[in-house]
Amino acid sequence: MDDGVQTQIERQRMDADIVCVGFGPATAGFLATLSKQLVNADGTPAIESAVMPGLPPQVLCYERSDDIGFGVSGVVTKARALRATFPDLDQAQIPMATPVGEEKVLYLLDPHGASRRSAALRLADAFIRAFQWMLPFEQHGLKLPWTPPFLHKHGGMVLSLGQFMQWAGAQVQATGTVQIWPGTPVAKILIEDANPNMAQASSPASSAGVSPGVSIGSGALPQPAAGTDCATLTSRSKVVGVRLLDQGVDKKGNPLEGFTPGMDIRAALTVVGDGPIGPIGQQLEAHFDMPHDHHKRDWAVGMKFVVDLPENTALKPGTVLHTFGYPEPEIFGFLYVHPERVASLGIFVPSWFDSPVRTAYRYLQHWMLHPYLWRYLQGGKLRSWGAKTLGESGRRGEPHLVGDGYARIGEGSGSTNVLTGSGVDEAWATGTQLAEAVLELLKVKKSFTKENLEATYVKRRRASWVEREARVAEKSRDGFQQGVVRGLMGMALAGLTKGKLTLGGEPVQPWKRIPSPEEYYRGKIPVAEIQKLRKECTIKGVSLHGVLMDRLGWPAIPFDGQLLVSHQDALLMGGKVQAPPGYADHVVFLYPELCQKCGTKICIEACSGQAIAPGENGVPNFDREKCVHCGACLWNCSQPLPYDSERGNIAFRAGTGGLHSAEN
Amino acid sequence: MNTVYQIVVCAGIVPDPLQTLEPVASPSGPALKNEMMLPAVLDPWASHSLYEAANLAKHLPGSKVWLVSLGPKAKLQQVMMTVAQKVPFELVALDGPGGGFTEAAEVAAMLAEAIQAIPGLDKSKLLVFGGWESASRGAGATMQMVGERLGIMDQFQGVDELKIAADGSLEILERIEGGKHQISKCAGLPALLGWATGNLPEPKNNPQIGMVNMRTVMPALQKAKPVKFAGDGLSFVNVALPKQLRETRIVKDKSPDDVAKEIIEWIKK
Repeated sequence: MDDGVQTQIERQRMDADIVCVGFGPATAGFLATLSKQLVNADGTPAIESAVMPGLPPQVLCYERSDDIGFGVSGVVTKARALRATFPDLDQAQIPMATPVGEEKVLYLLDPHGASRRSAALRLADAFIRAFQWMLPFEQHGLKLPWTPPFLHKHGGMVLSLGQFMQWAGAQVQATGTVQIWPGTPVAKILIEDANPNMAQASSPASSAGVSPGVSIGSGALPQPAAGTDCATLTSRSKVVGVRLLDQGVDKKGNPLEGFTPGMDIRAALTVVGDGPIGPIGQQLEAHFDMPHDHHKRDWAVGMKFVVDLPENTALKPGTVLHTFGYPEPEIFGFLYVHPERVASLGIFVPSWFDSPVRTAYRYLQHWMLHPYLWRYLQGGKLRSWGAKTLGESGRRGEPHLVGDGYARIGEGSGSTNVLTGSGVDEAWATGTQLAEAVLELLKVKKSFTKENLEATYVKRRRASWVEREARVAEKSRDGFQQGVVRGLMGMALAGLTKGKLTLGGEPVQPWKRIPSPEEYYRGKIPVAEIQKLRKECTIKGVSLHGVLMDRLGWPAIPFDGQLLVSHQDALLMGGKVQAPPGYADHVVFLYPELCQKCGTKICIEACSGQAIAPGENGVPNFDREKCVHCGACLWNCSQPLPYDSERGNIAFRAGTGGLHSAEN
Repeated sequence: MNTVYQIVVCAGIVPDPLQTLEPVASPSGPALKNEMMLPAVLDPWASHSLYEAANLAKHLPGSKVWLVSLGPKAKLQQVMMTVAQKVPFELVALDGPGGGFTEAAEVAAMLAEAIQAIPGLDKSKLLVFGGWESASRGAGATMQMVGERLGIMDQFQGVDELKIAADGSLEILERIEGGKHQISKCAGLPALLGWATGNLPEPKNNPQIGMVNMRTVMPALQKAKPVKFAGDGLSFVNVALPKQLRETRIVKDKSPDDVAKEIIEWIKK
């Protein structure tokens, strides 16, 4: 359904005081702090609602996944912000939580000779193998004898984010002052312009006919009208709430029987914590643009298993292993041990890994099968599986944190610390900072203007450890743009000099880095053979990476039906992936002609759920029933929009379903 | 017809059937491994009865739906955040075990007691709904015993459809053996219906319904009565899941006949 039709639909409206988008760690921190101070001990409102006089403020939170805690992330965190919110925190109350114990960083060598290693790394590998007798080396893995303090998580916790979010949600809702509604995606941000003509000027395809002066952010990223100075026109745009997703529609959003238009939720403050690839965050950035010199170009997809370790496991709860070097030098791995023989383990595939066949699933299996790790994992059993995007631009990816009527918190607001590899603690902290600011403003009856939010929330954030550490980390990973070795050196340099010295330059957009398979495999696989393999895969409707990895000597995965399972079984047994009927596709290929001319089709290769497959006329097919909502297609797309080189040809919109496991 | 009904729906919560469930022995008898970590859902059988109840109440102005639910309070709270957006109801919460390893008679006694305690309940307007079966263990006896304790003689199990005639009598479509339905007629209330699947789809989420429901859900949870079961006379000889062999392939371009043929061939192997 096009936006013109959509805007003619009569929609119900509901008013609240504060509406939150997404229930992740940041929103949990926000609500945990806010909810405790809305009501007095005797049950009377400490602060009065503007929309329901006599009651405490009406605070609503909408979460797109089927239940709270259905996201994905294995977490090791210092938990500083969490402990500040819950000073008497008893870890035993959070399932799968345990104190951090032994921490190791491992360099994994390639036992198969199939990975692509630079000359420097090959030299290093040869040196390690030659002198292994005098090094902490075993099972093709070298334990780094020293790691810089900024990487340590001593005193912290190993968590299952799914379980933690369920616990946090229960704490918040038990106060009875806020409501968290899962299974309810937010489709659009509602923006009211001071200049009623501005809506049409700034977003011609999405604004007509809503109500005077109100525009809706569009997931289709419409091209601004030629000659329009958006920055000037939108300078006093005001966010007035959100629109929920339409229900009872077909793949394209056209109404079917039982059509239920998404309701407009109006609120004085919209809190946006929808993560790194959230549609509302994207719409705000499209409407208000990013601050000067800020951009989101560094990404990674994290994919993980939750595993029942074998009964005789030697791994103790709290063990934290981080790896690099294998299955490709650019791919990092982690293994965190929870209580009762359960482990979270997985890999991160970064945007600066230049391979056009960057399949996380197959690489994850090879990583698990590395001799250093397989000795711990053999005999284990898959409990859960999932994938998510990590926004790795850090402070450089910070959007406008506030504006009239809205504030941004968490990973989508650039809070993740890319040097220490920490995101949950920082996200939670930004949520608590906003809550304190909101309480301050509510108590003195000040409105949620940009200036007031800057004087309270942004001021707190800038004065906090989150900001201080983010500045140290800001350019710490730039070296990875020129290779792994330079990247690791750059991280160490930045960490040890508190960010004063860094290596590398400005990151480039991911699409600029992505070669075609023919270029990437030049000298290894003949062009004609790649083209033949591509044709065969297209006919079969499958991605290309499997056959290319086989061709390069990667061994076949010995499926055991327990831990080493097919990708589809990982979706079903692990992620329990769901797609409720009656919703539109949330992954949309905007301009088919760009897909048709695309040589890499990296969206197919990178898809974490095999939800994107070769389609007719060169435009990929999207199967909503397999999508885990990791969002990797959004930033992996190799075809930039003609009018915005920071965005690709794939729109990642609001959608339901996805992962259906709370153990991640 | 201007009948006003008081519809009480008994609906427990069960671990989300999509999760991997593993029975384990605990000091108090069988349990599910990591049960408190698993997400829960409203029992699917009882969910159908809730949707039917809400649909009935919607068409009979003045009628009201209560949802009586027994389960661990924290899990009830979680489940209500999904259910409360679907249809209007007033929650009556009982804080107790929800794993399916409880004695049906004890559960029925608790539910009946909670129903009797609902203020202003008028038996001449009372319809008690619930699931014919349960996704947690499926004793299929709980609703019948609830009815007996409430003194409701007119009971129907495996219900797929309820029609109300102009004179207030009920026409009920019940499942019977052989894949057939039996049509029963009932002169009036009170009556108890254990629903099979009914005919209604799961309602869409409606934030306004959620807002209204939450005014009663949170207070009901806060004053949820803790219940404990003696478990006398109940013993489990063995608890196990059927063994499974998986070989998953997702296909979308085959006819149901072809899929069935392939499955039969696979089973034969």
